Order: sequence, then C-alpha cells, then structure tokens
Amino acid sequence: MNRFLLPLALFVVLVGFLAVGLNRDPRDVPSPLVGKPAPSFEVPQVADPGQTFSPKQMLGKVWLLNVWASWCVSCRQEHPILVEYTRNGGTMPIIGLNYKDQRSDGLNWLQQLGDPYLLSAFDADGRVGIDYGVYGVPESYLIDKAGVIRFKQTGPITPEVMNGKILPLAKELDQ
Amino acid sequence: MKFLIALGAALLLAGTALAKEAAPLAEDEAVEKRLINIAEELRCLVCQNESLAGSRADLAEDLRREVRNLIKQGKTDQEVKDFLVSRYGDFVLYRPPVKPTTWLLWAGPFLLLIGGIAALIAFLRRRSAQVAPAAKLSDEDRKRAEALLKDNS
Repeated sequence: MNRFLLPLALFVVLVGFLAVGLNRDPRDVPSPLVGKPAPSFEVPQVADPGQTFSPKQMLGKVWLLNVWASWCVSCRQEHPILVEYTRNGGTMPIIGLNYKDQRSDGLNWLQQLGDPYLLSAFDADGRVGIDYGVYGVPESYLIDKAGVIRFKQTGPITPEVMNGKILPLAKELDQ
Repeated sequence: MKFLIALGAALLLAGTALAKEAAPLAEDEAVEKRLINIAEELRCLVCQNESLAGSRADLAEDLRREVRNLIKQGKTDQEVKDFLVSRYGDFVLYRPPVKPTTWLLWAGPFLLLIGGIAALIAFLRRRSAQVAPAAKLSDEDRKRAEALLKDNS
C-alpha cells in the first residue's frame, strides 16, 4: 500500500501543476507599465490631422486609452460595448489610439460601427504602441488623474471586464 | 559559325548589361549583426515561441526597426534589452533575470535533481539492507558439503 502512496502523491501534484498551468492564457502577459506613468506622446488626431493629441491633455481626468485598428478582428467584438457605454451617457472619457492603420480605413470603420471616442489619436507607424507595450490589438489602459496607468486589458473588453473591473476602478479613482 | 560566335557575344553583352550588382541585404552589416545577436535572445510577443530575430510578425519587424535605431544611437546591448523589458516585461527575455519571483524557476531543476539523487540513495540503501550478505559456512557445514560432493562422484 505504502509503495503506491508516493507515486500517487507525485501524480496528484503533477496534475495540479498542469491544471493550473494549462488553464492560464499564455497571451496574457502582465504589463510592467501598470502603476507607472503613461508614456507621453504627441500624434495627430484621426479626424483632424491638423490637431494633435497628447496624454497631458487628459491630466486631472480618469480616462481609458483604447488601442484599435480597422484591420483588427477582435476590435469588432469589443467595439459595441464601448459604443453602448458612451451612448448610455457613460462619463469616463475614452480616447482611441488608431494603431498602424490607414486614416481613411479608420474613419470608415468609425462611421460604420459608431464612434464611442472623445477623439482618436493616429499612430501610423506603431511607435506609440511600442511605448505602451502593445502586442495584440485591442488593448486598453485605464489612466488615473495623475496620468498613471492603473489597469491594462489585453484583448477585447468583455462586458464582464467593463462592468466588473474597469468601471468600478474608474469610479474609485474618480473620487 | 561566325554568326553563332557573334550571337553568343551579343548574348553575353546583353547579360552583363541586364544584371545589376546585388543589393546589400542590410545597410550596415555591423549593426545588423548586433541586431541579430540581441534579437535572438528576445521573444516575439505575437508568436511566442519564435525569437524576435526569426519572426516575420508585423510587430517583430517594428521592434527590429526600433532596436536598429537604438544600436545606431550607440546604446549598449543591455540598454536595448532594458528598453524592451520596460515596455513588455521580463517575458520578452528568453533568459529571465534572477530575482525573488524567478528563484523557483532557476533553482527548481536543481532541487528536483537533488531530490532525485536523495531518493535514489535511499532506495539503494534500503535494497542493500534487504539483501543481507550470505552467512559464512561453518566448518561443520563445509565438511558436510564436501562429503556430499564426494558421494556423488
């Protein structure tokens, strides 16, 4: 009896490790930027190339930076959630960052699917994306009044993430 | 015959006129060598089991461009790696740094090895204790055995 106890215990430990390890999402890499000041940038806006956007303009507000692109398939999945939030009178400003896109494609996309953004900044060559550690669009950053990143969502925002994480945290930071 | 020679010469001339010198693969070979050296140690985040040097993902190309720029600015290899780690985290490094959160990662295999050796030693000791050495024959037994052997022959 005792002979089988040790291998059985080892087997259970191994199964435990695999159960935890295989159920984790390898794409969800923790961002080192959470808790750090949002990297500064200044790029033209999508709708009006004559105007620029910089995170400095948002100091004093709790806001969401949402990285999107017209070529990005999962952006279509999360977009209705953002549109609905703004349409229902959501107060948290959402700034879009149009990542490695064509201006005309981006504008078309917003026209077709709705524009939940206060404005969208245009990151044509993806340099801003690199500073923010973007590796899979869509990605979203919740930034507090002092300009510090408090939360990062890699991949599409689901209703659970929006209502369970982003909005409660935004409310808390807004006080 | 003369016609053929002329034709051959004409073809040869045409050939040299058409062929251009091969374009260099990289503007600056030294920069490119360092880029590859650094990028082989870095993980591409889009296709996670490829290195930044080998990946053809869009992001990998952008990151190679950034690394190339950093090298041209005279940054050291460490500074280039720090640039990427500050944005993407330790995950981009194929050789993770030794720090409290990675102690288990680094020491784990050695702990397993030590555990295995300990288990092996314990097993061997137990076995040698079980297989007791055969008792020596007493003189009386030996005589009996010899007597029996003689009887047989």
